[in-house]
Amino acid sequence: MIEIKDLSFAYHSKTKRILDRLTCDLEEGFFVAILGQNGAGKSTLLKCLNKTLRPNGGAAFIDGKCVERTPRRELARKMATVSQRNETPRVMVFDSVLLGRTPHVVWNATTADKLLVEKILCELGVASLSTRYLDELSGGELQKATIARALAQEPKYLLLDEPTSSLDIKNQHEILKLIQDICRRKNISVVAVLHDLNLARRYCNRFLFLKESRLRSYGGLETFTPATIKDVYGIDVEIVQGRGSSWIVPLL
Amino acid sequence: MTEERDVHFTAYERSLAKKRAVVFAVFLATIGVVLFSLSRGAIDISFKDVLTALFGAGDRRNVAVVWDIRLPRAFAALVVGATLAACGATMQCVLRNALASASTLGVSQGAAFGAALGIVVFGGGVVTSGASAVAMEIDNPYVVTFCAFVFGSTSAIVILLLSRFKQEMGPDSLILAGVALSSLFTGGFSLLQFFADETQLGAVVFWTFGNLGGADWSENAIMGVVFAATMIFLIANSWKYNALSHGVATAQGLGINANFTVLLSMTICSLAAAVCVSFVGIIGFVGLVAPHIMRKFVGDDYRFLTPASTIAGACLLIAADTFGRIIIAPVILPVGAVTSFLGAPVFLALLIKGKRRYD
Repeated sequence: MIEIKDLSFAYHSKTKRILDRLTCDLEEGFFVAILGQNGAGKSTLLKCLNKTLRPNGGAAFIDGKCVERTPRRELARKMATVSQRNETPRVMVFDSVLLGRTPHVVWNATTADKLLVEKILCELGVASLSTRYLDELSGGELQKATIARALAQEPKYLLLDEPTSSLDIKNQHEILKLIQDICRRKNISVVAVLHDLNLARRYCNRFLFLKESRLRSYGGLETFTPATIKDVYGIDVEIVQGRGSSWIVPLL
Repeated sequence: MTEERDVHFTAYERSLAKKRAVVFAVFLATIGVVLFSLSRGAIDISFKDVLTALFGAGDRRNVAVVWDIRLPRAFAALVVGATLAACGATMQCVLRNALASASTLGVSQGAAFGAALGIVVFGGGVVTSGASAVAMEIDNPYVVTFCAFVFGSTSAIVILLLSRFKQEMGPDSLILAGVALSSLFTGGFSLLQFFADETQLGAVVFWTFGNLGGADWSENAIMGVVFAATMIFLIANSWKYNALSHGVATAQGLGINANFTVLLSMTICSLAAAVCVSFVGIIGFVGLVAPHIMRKFVGDDYRFLTPASTIAGACLLIAADTFGRIIIAPVILPVGAVTSFLGAPVFLALLIKGKRRYD
């Protein structure tokens, strides 16, 4: 379980807080979407969870252990992050995914590590990318390679920072579907910063709304109402039923 | 499914084997250049005689030439080239900058300033001997070497000090600190030259050319130990460098204390480069070119890039030195000038040919 207790963050002590006394428990086994306007503190929250940023007040706890006090290596065995921006060195996809074993490796990767990477590449359907170089991949392929690396960490928690922001509609759905399937099967809890409300509704089952640095609401689909959206984003929307699903249509 | 796996993963194994083969080929080429270098000079010795002399057998004159004259010089070239290239590759990785090398953090400039200080102020002294093209001999090389090392390693000390005051010392701040230090040392170097007399000025300029001929076995031993220690560190960390080349955020997510690794690597590489530069003078471009040439063949995978760059650096420097020794013999061209002269066109060619950017 990820417990967030009274968490606050500001880059400088005198400037405005980006996160203001956030308290929330993210239970295991869910696909949590972090939603809110640009600058609401979504990515910052993710960065406080994975020890990229140090909170000014309060703390986050992973399985009861304070994130700040957990050594990075130990944290990396429990939690994998797919960041928003990924650099693309000239490295083969297989080697890049093998890097996911870093927190488990002592001196060098073993055969077991390599077999695990093979398995993950097959599960994601990207075995054919093994010998391709990262800097030659398309956006969708790169994102899959990055997710494969995160899965190679064999994490219990997967943090995604806007995993679909630069992808086309087919890849957006493909990637989220893959994450949904695999994480359900492997019992990995996912926390994702998302911008597309419809994608969030479709793939996630918990929704954390941030508004002006504060927690607006957290809960299941029942909390995902036009009223919440009006409050968080300041626009009127209608939720329309169709094709066995429901869609958010802005009323502009 | 199973078949698909086999195809792609055996292809992966094959490409790893190819990269190993590249490293091995560079290694063989280096041995060839070393043999050639040992055989050429004021008297030419055949390869066979070189090998015999290496084992202390055969013609006594040959043994003396190989062991007392050519081998110390060749060893210095190999070790200095290897150290500079390995450190260059690492600095390029941890600073996330394709132009990083020993001069990026002001190591070379600091060492040049130190050497000039040693010659001009602390009376490293100069004697003139008209015997060869090498008209200047520095009278008191230890003072000069010591001063060069002190100021060459200043950059490493400054990095450590800055990191004490500023908690999050990222790659960008390190490069900027390096630029500031370089400019400081270059200014100081110019001032020292301005106040130097003619012979001192000559000695200062000669020092900055780089000279492998001065290295004796005791100096070689020091450089060899520094090189070996640095290599153990770099190879043990190659996994971390691979993670860092995916970006600091990714490396941290993989459980690596990125800032600490960057700092420690920079400090060790600066110190190792400072040791080399203070013994043999400024040798440009090897630290920059050797890693970039090898990147074309093995990519940015530091499990291969570090050893490949190391060997390529050794090969390049001994080749440049041999070229400088024999091209207009008996005049010996300064090796620093040769590396820059040969390195620049090679580098430009690579830039034009290479399709990928390094960013």
